[in-house]
Amino acid sequence: MSRELVQLSLPGFDAGYERWEEAYQAQIVDEAPRYNRSGLPIKALYTPRDWNDGRYLEELGFPGDAPMTRGIYPSMHRGRSWSQRQLVGLGTPEDYNRRLREVLAAGGTALSLIPCNSVYRGFDADQVDPTLLGTCGAVVNTIEDMGLCLREVPVGRISTSLNDPSPFTLLALLLAVARRRGIDWKSITGTSNQGDYLSHFVANHMFFRLALPGARRLLLDHIEFANRELPGWNPVSVVGQHMQQAGATPAQAMGFTLASAIQYAEDCRGRGLDPDEFLPRFTFFFDISVSFFEEIAKLRGGRRLWGRIVRERFGARNPRAWRFKFHAQTSGADLTREQPLNNAARVTTQAIAAIFGGHQSLHTDAYDEALSTPTETAARVAIQTQNILREEARLGDVIDPLGGSYYVETLTDEMEALIEAVITRIDEAGGMYRAVEAGLVQRMIGESALAFQERVECGEQLIVGVNAYRAEGQEAGARALPRPEPAAIDAQLARLARFKAARDQANVRGALDRLARCAEQSDQNLFAEVVAAAGAGVTHGEMVARLRGVLGDGQPLVVA
Amino acid sequence: MNASPPRILLTKIGFDGHDRGSRVVAAYLRDAGMEVIYTGPWQSVEAVVKLASEEDVDVVGVSSLASDHVLVPKLTAALREAGLGHVRVAVGGIVPDEDVARLLEAGVSRIFHPGSRREEICAEVARLAKQARAADVAGSGS
Repeated sequence: MSRELVQLSLPGFDAGYERWEEAYQAQIVDEAPRYNRSGLPIKALYTPRDWNDGRYLEELGFPGDAPMTRGIYPSMHRGRSWSQRQLVGLGTPEDYNRRLREVLAAGGTALSLIPCNSVYRGFDADQVDPTLLGTCGAVVNTIEDMGLCLREVPVGRISTSLNDPSPFTLLALLLAVARRRGIDWKSITGTSNQGDYLSHFVANHMFFRLALPGARRLLLDHIEFANRELPGWNPVSVVGQHMQQAGATPAQAMGFTLASAIQYAEDCRGRGLDPDEFLPRFTFFFDISVSFFEEIAKLRGGRRLWGRIVRERFGARNPRAWRFKFHAQTSGADLTREQPLNNAARVTTQAIAAIFGGHQSLHTDAYDEALSTPTETAARVAIQTQNILREEARLGDVIDPLGGSYYVETLTDEMEALIEAVITRIDEAGGMYRAVEAGLVQRMIGESALAFQERVECGEQLIVGVNAYRAEGQEAGARALPRPEPAAIDAQLARLARFKAARDQANVRGALDRLARCAEQSDQNLFAEVVAAAGAGVTHGEMVARLRGVLGDGQPLVVA
Repeated sequence: MNASPPRILLTKIGFDGHDRGSRVVAAYLRDAGMEVIYTGPWQSVEAVVKLASEEDVDVVGVSSLASDHVLVPKLTAALREAGLGHVRVAVGGIVPDEDVARLLEAGVSRIFHPGSRREEICAEVARLAKQARAADVAGSGS
């Protein structure tokens, strides 16, 4: 993207610049060029030669209006602080419920549910090796489990975020619990956090349960269902986080994410849905690395670009459709096992980048995540980090405080151009669905992951405590993997067995048969049947197994 | 002696799908001249043992980010049972300190934590492969 820079008349600027350049060269001998993680060269100084206010209206404008560079709401964090959405997932439903209520009491303002990896893979507790149960997330298989998870939690009044890949069984269980409690579905707000099946196929295989065509259909059914029944629900969060964690550069991660969002929007349009209606409920989710300014520019540039894409490609006229709403998570890949308390500094830096990038909600990692599933102390420090940044450092007081910085604006333009080039490459490959089917995206990410590791190996990229500034005795103390008590797992398995035995079996069989029939005939809304099955007492594993039988199992393309 | 290159099976068992680390290590070992058989995630212990036998590997490398390392003692036992006691097992990824001893006791030869260097990984895996072949030739089976 080449933009003409409006030259401002600054008498004496050129002479001053030459003098500085000479003096700089005199102090710096044999300087190696510096690059950010996306590969952009970084200069020592940025001035009105790089960016100036002549393009203010065209490139920045005002918060809440096109081109949205400065933020998607007129009042941003001043009007409504960001949501503190800590990931919570542990052990049995009772363990989860206890931790969730602690997080809410400590200032968390949103609910998140991370299920056990066995749930991600589509299984119930009685289908897997019990050694693995509850070590990484909560074991939630039935409407009864979901009810226990949400005991004394005001479901209709706080925003909910579910790590819930296709076929969205957790949302179905939650809706079934809400119906039993007499909570109006229209009052339920939140996000299906893992609807982005393309990112699962590419980068976070764990969430990939159904083969690509079935996953594609279920996402669209899910979006249509939400349009009809759940006005407060964001049915899709397009996830750049997985790809960046897997090794994509920040510019690539943003580019792939927008390309996926374009794919989903095109698929929705193909079903005759109106972009002005479905686009306002698209949300995004990004990984925030410690590459501070680069991340801020990635978020600002991505936000501006998405606004342009929805206006130009999709003809969206509803300003709500232009809003690039996103959740941010500090990057676990930056955290080190060595000197683990150092990670608190990394998380703080990442969190500030997310705030200055204009996020809507934030998860801050615990400093011990490179050691194991977080301890309670580390989880508390993580959430207090957000409180300190907001209440003590007052980082939410001014909207887009770095707007107008010569460097940040130049970098925003440059990152936007890189992101756009990634989208063009995907467009040329036939769109994101085709590009991931062919393994193109997987290869690009693998190459970037290897290149980054090479820079660490050769010392071009220093990591404190790992390849620089090492210290004796820096290893962490003995740490245990938080495991539920075997007795608690036994009790959970017994509960599942009791639940299964006590159900109206004819009802369950009927619901499963309807699910399979609906999966075979592609003109019915399949997610509506998932919701019905959850209410009829069908378990998560039973639903996934039946759908796999018809739609095929999700297996990643192995590219290595 | 002109030995054929070390043969390494790189895999993930259990449910986790994070494969950045295993893919990078696969590239490292290949660059170092080893033959790498790379599986996708979610392998069962039985499938890994079968593949290790069919492919006649020297070392099985298990990558674990999210608690799947707890299955590794089952893998080492199954390898021994299948008469593959000479095959060395290395684990890479997030292994809490408390579990390190448990894994070593279960017969794991080496654990690579995050931050391990390329040189170290390649040298160690090559050494383990050599050990495995010596043990195989000795016919001790362990």
